[in-house]
Formats: sequence, structure tokens, C-alpha cells
Amino acid sequence: MQQAVRFISPEAELVEPANFVEQARVVQRGSETPRGLSLTIRGLRKSFGDNEVLRGIDLHIPAGQFVAVVGRSGCGKSTLLRLVAGLETVTAGTIAFGEQARPEDIRVMFQEPRLLPWARVLSNVEVGLGKERNLPDAQARAESALVEVGLDDKRAQWPAVLSGGQKQRVALARALVSRPRVLAFDEPLGALDALTRISMQRLLERVWHDQAFTAILVTHDVAEAVALADRVLVIEDGRIAHDIDVDIPRPRRRGSAELAALEGSILKNLLQGTEDTSDL
Amino acid sequence: MSLIDSLPRVRAPKLPRADGLIPWIVPLAIVLIWQLACVTGFVPGRVLPAPSDVALAGWKLLLSGELARNIWVSFWRASIGFLIGGGIGFAFGLANGLSQLSSKLTDTTLQMVRNIPHLALIPLVILWFGIDESAKLFLVALGVFFPIYLNTLHGIRTVDPQLIEMGRIYGMTDGELFRRVIFPGALPSIFVGLRFALGIMWLTLIVAETIAASSGLGYMAMQAREFMLIDIVVLSILIYALLGKLADSASRALERLTLSWHPAFQKH
Repeated sequence: MQQAVRFISPEAELVEPANFVEQARVVQRGSETPRGLSLTIRGLRKSFGDNEVLRGIDLHIPAGQFVAVVGRSGCGKSTLLRLVAGLETVTAGTIAFGEQARPEDIRVMFQEPRLLPWARVLSNVEVGLGKERNLPDAQARAESALVEVGLDDKRAQWPAVLSGGQKQRVALARALVSRPRVLAFDEPLGALDALTRISMQRLLERVWHDQAFTAILVTHDVAEAVALADRVLVIEDGRIAHDIDVDIPRPRRRGSAELAALEGSILKNLLQGTEDTSDL
Repeated sequence: MSLIDSLPRVRAPKLPRADGLIPWIVPLAIVLIWQLACVTGFVPGRVLPAPSDVALAGWKLLLSGELARNIWVSFWRASIGFLIGGGIGFAFGLANGLSQLSSKLTDTTLQMVRNIPHLALIPLVILWFGIDESAKLFLVALGVFFPIYLNTLHGIRTVDPQLIEMGRIYGMTDGELFRRVIFPGALPSIFVGLRFALGIMWLTLIVAETIAASSGLGYMAMQAREFMLIDIVVLSILIYALLGKLADSASRALERLTLSWHPAFQKH
């Protein structure tokens, strides 16, 4: 933990190696609406006891990029996300954001909605404001976040009466309400049915486009990864095995030949890994 | 207890007023049959007095002020004993649910004490406190302590850890986390403890008042037995039943009020 520097100041960036400084300049500063934060990970390792889950990750994510992380279960992709979100402490290496980040700037959305069952929808969204939830404009901000996910008519409902997709949309509103600059998704659509998944993917893409945060999406669905992301990282055995740019213009047509070809090649890589280990 | 109640009901279209009367049909029918059996001489009056005789005895006691005084004394004992025992149980439940140290320090001891039936302490309690008020309060407090303690502890320990993690991510302080996540999450379990405790409260009080008291409903029943006043004995038993029902209704009302978010308490 002592080696981990989560937030580095702009001054500190100047003494870093040249390529990192260059990439850090991508960050847009001084604009009124909060923009995404860039993210630099170097030599990141994480062990749980004797089990080394991440074995040296080096990664730079420019501000505002949509990155998908795929890999087989147990490859460490969720651990990477939890480290970025500050939910675990790193064993070695550093995670640094391009600018000083407040806790409200980094938000996580999980596979489970994790709504408070005893709070109405609007209060659940207000939870997302963090320290600012006691300010007078808290309710108005929560309401506008609900409008953004299209659930303003459910504001006075208990979470128990919502469908699975609606609950995830409330969780998304809660994550968005503090205008985060990095939003980490840990398989947020994993528990939804196919049709709800597609409409949620569109919603994610839209809010990412509107709010220009940096998005990190952990998923086991390669089709979802290529449909949404600018870049797909394939993690194998705790390392980044492939780093693929998805150079397909948006809006992307689901089921198009280009997406399918890319999905096929990524899947082939993943499956090859399986065969390799089964041969051992 | 409330398992059947919590199941979603398919309601036949009925007047809402008639719906509220349904639970009272069986008790009323029993009273009617009882009255008939006594009037026709099928049950001799020395074995069981007719409901009308019981009501008459109750009316006389009410006029003399004796009934109100005894009910008040019993009610006072029950509530003070409940507040003391329940309060301490709740405090220990919170402390042991929230703090590892506190739990390690006291839980084993409490579990050992729990396995002593508290009514087995009556001889000791009489030696300590005589047949004074403190003896009854002590027994009631001891009786209600454990259901409240165990269920508060269980409730806090079983709060969804994912919700607690969520609260921490969203920057809740310890106080906020308790107020907004842990306590509401433990509340359904605390209510289960509350209703168990209310049952034990009346049970303990009846036994304590029957064995050693100079006032209260149990005392009234024992006095009546001395003078073979069977109508007053039956009256005391019925009043216990009513008070028990009242306590249960009160806790249910409180439950409905505070757990309105819970699917089991939502109006269909």
C-alpha cells in the first residue's frame, strides 16, 4: 500500500517519463462541465495471500476513452476494476489519475444494483452525491439524474417494485448524479435479459457520450465489449494479453459484419488460451 | 408467526369492513357455544362459568375500581420490565453486532446465561428481592433480554455486506452508514425479537404474579381461587389473552409503519 500513489498532482506529472506527460496533456482542463480523467497504471500487482491475481499491469487510458476489459472468469479483470475504484489496496505498482480526483469523481456500478430497499428511488439516487447529499440542491440533482435514465416517474417508488433493468437504471443514475469523471462498470448488465441488455447498452453509450467520462467496462460478453468500447483489453493470467483498438465509427450497427469479425477474432484469442492451459 | 400473513393474498371482491371482521368470527362463535353449553347445563358452573357471569364479575370489579388497579399494576410491571430488559438487550445486540471486541468479550457469557430458563431463578429471586416489585421487574427484564439481544445481533450481522460496501464507496460516515444502511437492514429481525419478547413478557409476569405478589392480575386470580370465585379466575385469564393480543397488534402496527418498504408489507 505504501507504494501506491492514487492521486498525483500536475507538478508531479512533469517529472514523469516523456510519454506519460504527453498523454496527460490530453486531459481537458478548466472547462465548466467535468470531463473524463486519464488513468495511468504501472507495474500493478495484486495478491490475495499466495494467490497472485494481477502480475504486472501497465496501462494508460486517455481521458474520456471507453475501455472494455474482457477475459475468462478468474483472470483478474474484476480485481483490476476494484483496484482502480479504490475498493482494494494494491500489492505493488501505482494507479494514478491525470488530475487530482475527489472521491465523487470515481464511481462504480456493480452487477447487482445494490439499492437500499428501505429508501425510495429518489433517496437512493441522492446517496450518490456523497458528501454533497446534504446541500439544498441535492434533490434537484437527483431528479435530473433520474430524468437522464428515463425513470423520473418512478421517483417515489420502493426499489422492490421495480424490474431488474429499472433497478440497474436507478443504480446508473446514482453513479451519474455526482458527475463522475471515471465510471467503472463491473458486469453491470450480466444479470439482465437479452432485450433489456441491448437497451441498457444504448443507455450506457448515450450517457458516456453526453457526459464524456472515462469508462471502464468489465464484461465477459465480447459482443458487448466491441459494441460499446473504443478499445478492448484481453486479460489472461493477470496480464494484458491483447490490447485491441475498435476502430468502428459510432453509432455502431449491432450485428454488422465488422463487429462480428472483430468479436470472432477476440473470441478466438480467448479460446486459444483455454486450449493452451488444457494441454498442460 | 407472520409467514402465512406475508404470502401474497388473492382477495375475493368483498366489502373492506367485512374483511376486518373475519378474524373475530371464530372467537365470537366459541363464546356463543360456551354460553349455550353453560345455560343448558351441559357444563356445570363450578367447572366453567358462563361468559355472561364472567362479564358480570368483570363489571362488578370494574365498578369497585379493583380491576382497573390490578390491570394497571400488571401493565406497569410489564412495560417497565420490558423497557429495562429490552433496552439492555438492544444495546448489547448493537454493541456485539458492530464491534468484534465487544462480541468476543461478552457473547460467550451471554450465551451461557441464555441457556438457564429464567423462571428457574424464581426461588433465588424471591430470596434476593422478596416479593417486592423489583423481583417481578427483574424476571420480566431477564425474560425479554434474550430475544431482543439475539435478534438485534442477528439482524445487524446479516445486513447485506454489498450494501455496506456501497455505502462506504459513496462516502457515508460511520454514523450515516448505521442510520441509513445497518439499522434499517436489521429492523425486520429486531421486530421478530420484539414480538417474541412481548410473548415472554406476559408469560413471565403471569408466573411471577401467581407465585409471589400482593397485587396485579395474577394475584387477583390467585385470590379468587382461594375463595373459589371461578368467574374471576376465568376473567383474569381472558384479560391476559386480550392484553397479549393488544401488545401484538401494537408491534404489528409499528412494523407496518416502519417496514412499508418491505415487499411483505406492501399493499397489493
